[in-house]
Amino acid sequence: MAGWAIAVHGGAGVDPNLPADRQEEAKQLLTRCLNLGIDALRSSLSAIDVVELVVRELETDPLFNSGRGSALTENGTVEMEASIMDGSGRRCGAVSGLTTVKNPISLARLVMDKSPHSYLAFSGAEKFAKQMGVETVENDYFITQDNLEMLKLAKEADSIVFDYRIPQVGYESCGTGVQSPIHMNGLPISIYAPETVGCVVVDSEGRCAAATSTGGLLNKRMGRIGDSPLIGAGTYAGELCGVSCTGEGEAIIRGTLAREVGAVMEYKGLGLQEAVDFVIKERLDEGKAGLIAVSNTGEVAYGFNCVGMFRGCATENGFMEVGIWE
Amino acid sequence: MGWAIALHGGAGAIPVDLPPERLEPREAALRRILQIGVSALNARCSPLDVVELVVRELENCPHFNAGKGSVLTTNGTVEMEACIMDGNSKRCGAVSGVSTVVNPISLARQVMEKTPHIYLAFDGAEAFAREQGLETIDESHFITTENIERLKQAKEANRVQQDYTPPFKPEDKKETPVPDGDSKLGTVGCVAVDSLGNLAAATSTGGLVNKMVGRIGDTPIIGAGTYANKFCAISATGIGEAIIRETVARDVAAVMEYKGLGLKEAADYIVHQVSPKGTTGLVAVSSTGEVAMPFNTTGMFRACATEDGFTEVATWAI
Repeated sequence: MAGWAIAVHGGAGVDPNLPADRQEEAKQLLTRCLNLGIDALRSSLSAIDVVELVVRELETDPLFNSGRGSALTENGTVEMEASIMDGSGRRCGAVSGLTTVKNPISLARLVMDKSPHSYLAFSGAEKFAKQMGVETVENDYFITQDNLEMLKLAKEADSIVFDYRIPQVGYESCGTGVQSPIHMNGLPISIYAPETVGCVVVDSEGRCAAATSTGGLLNKRMGRIGDSPLIGAGTYAGELCGVSCTGEGEAIIRGTLAREVGAVMEYKGLGLQEAVDFVIKERLDEGKAGLIAVSNTGEVAYGFNCVGMFRGCATENGFMEVGIWE
Repeated sequence: MGWAIALHGGAGAIPVDLPPERLEPREAALRRILQIGVSALNARCSPLDVVELVVRELENCPHFNAGKGSVLTTNGTVEMEACIMDGNSKRCGAVSGVSTVVNPISLARQVMEKTPHIYLAFDGAEAFAREQGLETIDESHFITTENIERLKQAKEANRVQQDYTPPFKPEDKKETPVPDGDSKLGTVGCVAVDSLGNLAAATSTGGLVNKMVGRIGDTPIIGAGTYANKFCAISATGIGEAIIRETVARDVAAVMEYKGLGLKEAADYIVHQVSPKGTTGLVAVSSTGEVAMPFNTTGMFRACATEDGFTEVATWAI
């Protein structure tokens, strides 16, 4: 019997000039979340419970872009989204446009378990949250000083970058002191906020699950939905695997990235790492993204085609790794 | 190889004894709208333009569950969603929670072409529509007496269900059974391919009768209800929650690509072997001009045509 495996991520697309102390902070958070998941797996919690538990932790910590610490919309508010999928039975739940729900992933789980639907958004989702009695807070709970700063920089960069697809020179004057020409989603990498957190797990019964949560794209238009709540794009779990993606949301959606890993395993018979490599290489066009994945045989894998992805993974036989760069 | 086009007006438990006064207007509309699509293809309009044009017509027709004639939420309101995708570039656009935009599919197209995003919803989508100067109208425009009646029946059925069944269980995740069988209509959609193999897909819907406010179905989810790449274009209809889970539209294309199946084989496989019975129908065209319109429900309002003169308009299995 293959053992359990778990992977977590805190977003793809990292500033190569990220200060060492921020890198350390991130690695510590990833380690802590990984250990939470490992303890839960050792207590025989099911995959679906573990992914929810771990993503709740990532949402609650303000470091990454989800829950508290979410990237801000163009209006300076927070609109969060999340999705969760249980590989056995492929039930799923998703939410978008949340503004007061403390843990979006748990609301997504309730949509899956306690509603006749799979996806609720905006005021309907908030109403459902009240009916379910989940913990809610004022919108400014989610807003951090860091993100207010980032929004300011993004707006400055916006006024300089005319065509977001073409890297521009001259953005040094936006105050970020950027040397590198790397862009993601139209923003210089130094102010780009990696877009999500996620967790994938296979438990010792071979059941896979996946969960993803985000505040979305920095400076996004109100009402913009990214890949994270879209089953098949940002999140997928089936018999064979569990996948959570992060990066340029539009590229992930077009590439139906999360489902793609499962599809090539199912229809082409590829193994997990092969499938992940294939999808990252062949299904992203010019898009920049990353993903984590587990298989029902206890494997764990990740891949990304951008500069860095905050991630961690562990398997029952004692393997554990936390990293940012290639 | 010539062009091909297929469109649908929803799959569901359409009773075989549907009275003529309910059947004929729909089949007549399908015939008329098919002709509009055919003329556009003959005039060498791009498939992307054709699918948008056809879906606009279906939205404007009050007999289908999209645009005018959309089914109602549990609050008696209209929340429409739509999605469009271009096969070559895989560019796409989607909207949800639209209540005043006359043609949601055109709003989806604007999202695709005028923003760096793919998907806008609710207030954000409505605001964008106004920015773009799209035609908007009072919400009452979309609401028909038929749908007010459907909602009433759905609520009554719900009440009965609550009396006799235990609290909602996950296995019960299916539609409320409604006495009026033809109310289980999912969507409208259109797929088209031109003689060069360019593909496009578009889908539009009012969603599920008596749905919770804020409920999003499969239609705006790329890979679930709508998909197009260089192999094929798909628009699906049926029970949204099932279509999402099975990533129906993407899987038809994936099976073609990864297992080398032809369009009909691939579409049949997904609809008849993979999707649960009673949940799914779709229309599909391939880059080589094939057409497929499988469904595992009682019926699906549909029509198709190919440049060599073949046409078909039907509701149940032939």
